[in-house]
Amino acid sequence: MSAADGPVDVAALEADANRSIDASSTTAELDAAESAIVGKRSAMAAAHRSLGGLDPDARRRVGQELNELRGRLEQRIAGRRSELVAVERAAALEEDRMDLTEVVTGDVRSPVVRGHRHLVTTTRDQLEDVFVAMGFNVAEGREAETDWYNFEALNIPPAHPARGMYDSFYVDLGEPETVVLRTHTSPVQIHLMEHAMAEGSLPIHSVMPGRCFRRDTADARHLPVFHQIEGLVVDHGITFGDLAGTIETFTTAYFGPDVHSRLRPAYFPFTEPSAEYEITCTICLGAGCRTCSDTGWVELGGCGMVDPAVFDAVGIDTALWSGFAFGFGIDRCAQMRHEIADMRALVENDLRFLRQF
Amino acid sequence: MLAPLSWLKEFAPFDGDVDELVETLNDLGLLVEGVERVGEGLDAVVVSRVLELEAIKGADRIRRVVVDAGGEPIQVVCGAFNFDVGDLVPFAGVGTVLPGGFEIGRRRMKGVESNGMLCSGRELALSDDGEGLMVLTGTDGAEVGVPIAEALGIEADVVFDITVEGNRPDAWCMAGVARDLAARLGLPFALPAPVVTPSGPPVGGLATAVVEALDMCPRLTVRVMESITVGPSPRWIAGRLVLAGMRPINNVVDASNYVMLELGQPTHPYDLDQLGAPGLLVRRATPGEVVTTLDGVDRALGVPGRGLGETGDDCLICDAGGTPIGIAGIFGGSSSEISDSTTRVLLEAAYFEPMVIARTSKRLALRTEASARFERGCDPLGIDRATDRFFELLAMSSPAAEVAQGTLDVRGDIGATNEISLPTHAVNALLGTELSTEDVARLLAPLGFDCVPEAEGLRVTVPSNRPDVRREPHGVADLAEEVARAHGYSRIVRRQPTWPEPGGLTGFQRDRRRVRETLVGLGASEAWTPSLVDHDEGRRVGLAGEPVAITNPMAANEGFLRRTQLAGLLGALAWNLDRRQGSVRLFEVGVVFSPPAADRAVTERAGAGGAGQAALPDERELVSVIFAADGDDARTAVSALGALVEELGLIGIRVRSPGAGEALAGLHPTRSARVVAGGGAAVGTIGEVDPAVVGELGAGGQRVGWLEVDLGLLLDPTVVERRSQLSKPVSRYPSSDVDLALVVDDAIPVDEVAEAIQGGGGQLLESVTLFDVYRGPGVEAGRRSLAFRLRFCALDRTLTDREVGELRTRCVAEAERRVGAVLR
Repeated sequence: MSAADGPVDVAALEADANRSIDASSTTAELDAAESAIVGKRSAMAAAHRSLGGLDPDARRRVGQELNELRGRLEQRIAGRRSELVAVERAAALEEDRMDLTEVVTGDVRSPVVRGHRHLVTTTRDQLEDVFVAMGFNVAEGREAETDWYNFEALNIPPAHPARGMYDSFYVDLGEPETVVLRTHTSPVQIHLMEHAMAEGSLPIHSVMPGRCFRRDTADARHLPVFHQIEGLVVDHGITFGDLAGTIETFTTAYFGPDVHSRLRPAYFPFTEPSAEYEITCTICLGAGCRTCSDTGWVELGGCGMVDPAVFDAVGIDTALWSGFAFGFGIDRCAQMRHEIADMRALVENDLRFLRQF
Repeated sequence: MLAPLSWLKEFAPFDGDVDELVETLNDLGLLVEGVERVGEGLDAVVVSRVLELEAIKGADRIRRVVVDAGGEPIQVVCGAFNFDVGDLVPFAGVGTVLPGGFEIGRRRMKGVESNGMLCSGRELALSDDGEGLMVLTGTDGAEVGVPIAEALGIEADVVFDITVEGNRPDAWCMAGVARDLAARLGLPFALPAPVVTPSGPPVGGLATAVVEALDMCPRLTVRVMESITVGPSPRWIAGRLVLAGMRPINNVVDASNYVMLELGQPTHPYDLDQLGAPGLLVRRATPGEVVTTLDGVDRALGVPGRGLGETGDDCLICDAGGTPIGIAGIFGGSSSEISDSTTRVLLEAAYFEPMVIARTSKRLALRTEASARFERGCDPLGIDRATDRFFELLAMSSPAAEVAQGTLDVRGDIGATNEISLPTHAVNALLGTELSTEDVARLLAPLGFDCVPEAEGLRVTVPSNRPDVRREPHGVADLAEEVARAHGYSRIVRRQPTWPEPGGLTGFQRDRRRVRETLVGLGASEAWTPSLVDHDEGRRVGLAGEPVAITNPMAANEGFLRRTQLAGLLGALAWNLDRRQGSVRLFEVGVVFSPPAADRAVTERAGAGGAGQAALPDERELVSVIFAADGDDARTAVSALGALVEELGLIGIRVRSPGAGEALAGLHPTRSARVVAGGGAAVGTIGEVDPAVVGELGAGGQRVGWLEVDLGLLLDPTVVERRSQLSKPVSRYPSSDVDLALVVDDAIPVDEVAEAIQGGGGQLLESVTLFDVYRGPGVEAGRRSLAFRLRFCALDRTLTDREVGELRTRCVAEAERRVGAVLR
């Protein structure tokens, strides 16, 4: 067709094109058809070129018709392509079919290499093992908790300013702010004590490791999703001296004989008296360095005697029982012990990092 | 809180080493985050006037300056450009040692001799400004030759940056820190005893005070001072405010701030003549009432927020006519601010219910020095001392001022005095100490606790500035903490407690470790991928339905709880492929979430007081593995499952293809299956990741094997049976092998065929092992030939050929009967 042939026959163009689109039975054929229909050397392109020879009115009218045709054809090609892709995928998948019950295990060839547990796992296991050897068992809980377990039973009433210490992620379920991603592993304490009261199975000597969530921006020392381990002892005649002794025993057992602990007053709503505990700086072993701001000590966690309000919440009689609780970050322990400059390395999953441990 | 040592010394004669004071403060729980020494090393720095200023040839960053420092003109070279001839600037001569230890020497730059240094605020440790010189032109007292410390009224001081714990509002002021410190050091402590002589008219004729919301504002006091001249504060007051981190404004506002820093009581001065009606009215905000705060923002009040326990109750300070002039305890309004023309000040000092302030402050996200103190609990009886101190301080810079007589004092219930019976044995039982009653009294009394001996210990009266000490019985623990704190935590003897109950892991926990160890043994490394993901993460790996949403995510792409570990592991795979790490096998043990499920709903106590119930998201702890090393595919996953089954001694675990038209999310449609327990429960999925999903990672063409099991199900012996741990004897007689090729319909899983064979062979069939699968000529389409090796053995004899032959026949017959197998 040329400009000399007169007006462009749009209907004929379309009928031809549709025929070749529909006739394509593979994506490769469709690709060829597409280039023949709308490509540079297509009848369509020729028709476009021929517009120059028409008078302005006709040029506008035919030009518009051609553009509309191009749109329809491209749509039809796309539709056909998705059909063919589906057919070809189905065929390829069918070709690929494998009955997994037929696997002849002896034929599976696999290089003899060993992987690595995550540093957080090895750290958690080591911590658990130290505490197990000290007579603790290991308890776990859910990652999403209600405000009662995460806060109120721990003596942090609604809207209490102490909630500001734990900037929480709320889960969009039920009444606003009733379901929270646990900000600490302490809700497990409440579950344990409730359970022990229901079963009549006090005393409790447990450590509780697990994943926690706080709205802290990730930086070299913080991750918004992190791991904590905490301990709870509820027994007869438990004192603050027992707490201090337990922390010291754990510290030297885990960090080594040159590392010791000390307690200083602090505030946690769920313990009274409360303490922050520090350990000998693992970098300088107490001599003073940049890491410990020349104090020789670094902060590890919090602890204290279980607050009577917490015992009230779970119905434990403080005339008969007393207890202590302590907690600290597993990731932070790993960071200190392995001198990890940036905590974010723990979530990158780079094999070059994972293989080191 | 920034606490200058000179200010602390107002209350007790602290001396001794600063490091020791820091240690003592830390040991008291008043954590010192930093120590700044100000005004040290400034003795030799004097005020100088710039006489000449000229460029140095060939240098565009330094200039030659000649200054008059009180003697002969001195030439220096200076790199600052923020001053001109005639300005007053600090000058340090040769030999001066600046704060931080830098000693100034005589130098020559571009041929010009420099005989000293002109200093910036930072170089003098007087400010953070290191951009240019500290220009002193216009500063009172700045005269040529005068030492800079004298010109600025700076005395050498030490400023402690102290973090006061949230339960110690009493310690969040200079007097409070000094009280704790003096008690520990055995030094006498005295609060200021301000002297105010009211000489004005009775306050009742000048203003009114009405509280309509006594539950929110249990005490309001209003006092008035007339004939005030507003102006700058005395230098010592301004200087202390600066050291404590506050900007001096004028003598009225400064006096209020000074009192807050010193005694912990916020007060609010108003221009009495600017109040719409003279006096104050405290009331509840009406729902939706709009108040314009000092920062020019319109704030809607009286509307409950989203938070739990939110009442929407807000307390307003209004003028006597009821027009709001501030949000109680949090923020003032602009209408009645103190200005230069103020002559009459109305001073509001109140006690607000802490939780009222806490709720409003949280909901409006408005936190001020005042609100932070009120929400922790101020001293309702400390108000009078604070207002006296305010007038005493203000009178120093406004000597003609007259304090009106009397105080308008509106009181509701500020709580009775807290008296606690403190048995000494209870203290010792909690702390593990052996303190005597006298010891306890000696430790508590200097902190302001009045102690009277009684039968088993002390009757302790808690001072009104200690809201952290609760009433009995909980107050006993609070007092024990005070005893321990005053005694010193480090002096409590440590004891390692013991108990008869053994420690240990649960079976589940031990098994989970074995799962990890097994996977590590298979060359997989453990990953930790995000729990907080974007909305479409699940959809990208083919999951239908909606994820559980976070109400307040930190970022839009972290607004949902993950429903799968597949996406995270593929992300980790992509990360490693991008970094040219081949042979990637990764696993993760973690929790995934889905909306509360009808069949496994978990509801727990929730809401204020735990009185309500809330449904929790469904949580499953999964172990998920991807196998993307060279040659890995679905078979790798199947053998890994076999390894887990073997390690854990699981019985009855099967792999079952999903029904026709049923797809496993994100997995290869013709190379994936469910992992099914003997009882039929699905416990996981296995196979390969859908090539389309892998392709999107840019790892197209690579097969990625996949295995995932729900640990809660897999390790539950009621779901998945375990091999008996009782031993079985091993035969001492030779065994006989028979190979069978059976043609079986494709629809029959191999393990069903093997089971049928086993059924035929019974006790004497030791093992059935698949060793070849054949499809092709000789076997009709839709069927395959399965080659098994059967090993027969008896415990008590060697099986004869005849016996073996019979067993073989029975096995074939059983396979034919059960699964339609045809011997090939």
